Amino acid sequence: MAVQVSAATEIRPFTVDVPQEELDELRRRIQATRWPESETVSDQSQGVQLATIQELARYWATEYDFRRLEQRLNAVPQFITELDGLDIHFIHVRSPHENALPLIITHGWPGSIVEMLNVIGPLSDPTADGGEAADAFDVVVPSMPGYGFSAKPASTGWDPFHIADAWIELMRRLGYSRFVAQGGDWGAQITDVMGAKAPRELIGIHSNMPGTVPADVSKALASNVLGAGDPAPTDLSDDEQRAYDRLSFLFTKGIGYALEMGLHPQTLYGLADSPVALAAWMLDHDLLSYLDIARAFEGEPVGKLTRDEVLDNITLTWVTNTGVSSGRLYWENSLGFFDIKGATVPAAVSVFPNELYQAPRSWTEEAYPNLIYFNEVDEGNHFAAWQEPEIFTTEVRAAFRSLRDETRSS
Amino acid sequence: MSSTVETTTAIHPFHIDVPEEALDDLRRRIASTNWPEKETVADQSQGVPLALIQKLARHWATDYDWRTVEAELNALPQFVTEIDGLDIHFIHVRSPHEDALPLIVNHGWPGSIIEQLKIIHRLTDPTAHGASAEDAFHVVIPSMPGYGFSGKPTGTGWGPERMGRAWAELMQRLGYSEYVAQGGDWGAFVVDQMGLQAPEGLLAIHTNMPATVPADVDEASVAGEPAPSGLSAEERRAYEQLIRTYGQVEYARMMAARPQTLYGIADSPVGLAAWLLDHNDADGQPAATVASALERTESDTGELTRDEVLDNITLYWLTNTGVSASRLYWEYKGGFFNAKGVSIPVAMTVFPGEQYQAPRSWAERAYPNLMYFNEVDKGGHFAAWEEPELFAAELRAAFTSLRTTNGGRQ
Repeated sequence: MAVQVSAATEIRPFTVDVPQEELDELRRRIQATRWPESETVSDQSQGVQLATIQELARYWATEYDFRRLEQRLNAVPQFITELDGLDIHFIHVRSPHENALPLIITHGWPGSIVEMLNVIGPLSDPTADGGEAADAFDVVVPSMPGYGFSAKPASTGWDPFHIADAWIELMRRLGYSRFVAQGGDWGAQITDVMGAKAPRELIGIHSNMPGTVPADVSKALASNVLGAGDPAPTDLSDDEQRAYDRLSFLFTKGIGYALEMGLHPQTLYGLADSPVALAAWMLDHDLLSYLDIARAFEGEPVGKLTRDEVLDNITLTWVTNTGVSSGRLYWENSLGFFDIKGATVPAAVSVFPNELYQAPRSWTEEAYPNLIYFNEVDEGNHFAAWQEPEIFTTEVRAAFRSLRDETRSS
Repeated sequence: MSSTVETTTAIHPFHIDVPEEALDDLRRRIASTNWPEKETVADQSQGVPLALIQKLARHWATDYDWRTVEAELNALPQFVTEIDGLDIHFIHVRSPHEDALPLIVNHGWPGSIIEQLKIIHRLTDPTAHGASAEDAFHVVIPSMPGYGFSGKPTGTGWGPERMGRAWAELMQRLGYSEYVAQGGDWGAFVVDQMGLQAPEGLLAIHTNMPATVPADVDEASVAGEPAPSGLSAEERRAYEQLIRTYGQVEYARMMAARPQTLYGIADSPVGLAAWLLDHNDADGQPAATVASALERTESDTGELTRDEVLDNITLYWLTNTGVSASRLYWEYKGGFFNAKGVSIPVAMTVFPGEQYQAPRSWAERAYPNLMYFNEVDKGGHFAAWEEPELFAAELRAAFTSLRTTNGGRQ
């Protein structure tokens, strides 16, 4: 018995090692892609444009260094531990500074730990890039179940609540009796849920995709997916109306992929069988980030979202064959993406200008009764950490500064 | 000038001859499919189950023979003619009975002319099927733009309205001064548009997916609201079916929003097959009818068989029309089952497995010139394909009154 218990809570070092044959096969498949005809419009309004994905495929098969991803991941300490029956992969970088604040960062879809690779160093070792030792974090970046090198659930139930429980357990297992949590996209939902569960060790959360939409507004948005339904609430401020309009566009035009993955993720066999299908599906998350990523393949990356970064993420998903398993989270989920999740712990929010919607301060204050930090920044899309690692790092430091003071004085 | 006119209205015989390399490539791709993990449920609630699609893929790659249906198609008179700048492929079978009623039959998505193959002879040569010569039709079955062997639009605008006008032009070009039109799925949208356009010569339409829902009920159902008060039991049942349907059409929402992003249905045969199988056709089960057909290797009575399902999927693959066919959803901006205001004579058959069972009360309001209404006891969304005998009998009955009143036509 004792052996089993220790095996189940054991933390094993992990190294990425992708067999060369798999990479050869990937390249062969990209080069053998059978293409559809071009879109019948001159913009992105029908989806990922043929010229963009063909340029991606050309670069991926001929210039992209397949070993890049492996090298970047193996440059940080990675581990596997079993949580509630599932092997969870995570990066764990302890700060060289004492009194660093433990932080768990959760990625989203179509992201992965790749999104966070450029913020781990600055967060864990702030003095290396001009920051203060007092802002240091011990950084934990797990791969969600069904994503990257975490195992794929074989049964149902791994929804954001289940993942939140696993993360709390992970931080305890790592010996952290006080920690903060951060997330965007699915990571934001999981972080919000952790904030609602409010285990005593969790002293604060930070979100770059906060759930702030009031219930009546959320209902109007949801009922308008097919173009009918409740009218927009009439008593919205300018900020709130702008948020409503962005979300309304998103719900009616922007989340076809999410609806399909929410209903029938298993039907998406093309994501497992076709590298280009997977790439296009992952590029098409939302209009603004798609436009940024398309520019990366035109040689004009926006922020740090370069074509190599984009392909690191897609390649990780391909070599782990997690296109379908990652989509299954949408099927598992029963939460409204932008609804208020009931976080009661101290919460910090950064609003990025090209996020799916700009959370108005008014809604944010209602959604997070213990709001300790709210800031609107100038640059960045949905993939805040990935695209603007410096701004993101600055935000995360600022967000939790007040909690450190309390921690120290208490 | 006259030669130009002659060229663009010319009708060319058409013969299918798929190169052997295309079939070899298809088999090779199927055999080398990279599969995702199995669904995490024991039913079809996450989409097309792995075991089902793997079994289909095995048969498709080994025993299935495209040449059989190719020969069947080539035994039918097929033609191509340019209409409104696009090559339109169609089957045209004249009845041996000279005074037969000309009929244009429109397929839908994820269908094709393959859906209609079993009704052609039953309609053109009724005396060979126990019906009378007075029931004979001259049958025209076009492939929609972007479908099968028709051209793929390179610009926008080919929605049901434009197809309706094209079909009227086609029937005129074939020399039919009086004719009727029939459709289900997208074909039903097209024949409704033809009914609205009421081109000269169009005597009546028959639909097996009628658009009957009153405006207020339509708005409520699209928004997912509770049933409006005052509905009869039959109407309430239809309302619940509409709600169910609108909860199961995420594939349609994806294609309506971002058809171009579906690169996997061009590059992966299995990706295409699963996407085409997953049409909600009964009680939220993806492809219940089609899935059960996969267990049927032959049928003497015209029931749908596994090879017919593969004929349709293979036609999509060989013509690489997965994406171009999807684009029709993007083109269409109108309502789905709302009454469109058709005032010409209309006949309809209500099949029990259709998305919803149109109540007679709604049908009479939606189509004020309703000349035939019948509820049959078997058959679903793919009525002509599933129940060719019954379907043919319905078309004969539907238009009988027209023949009587237009007895002098011959």
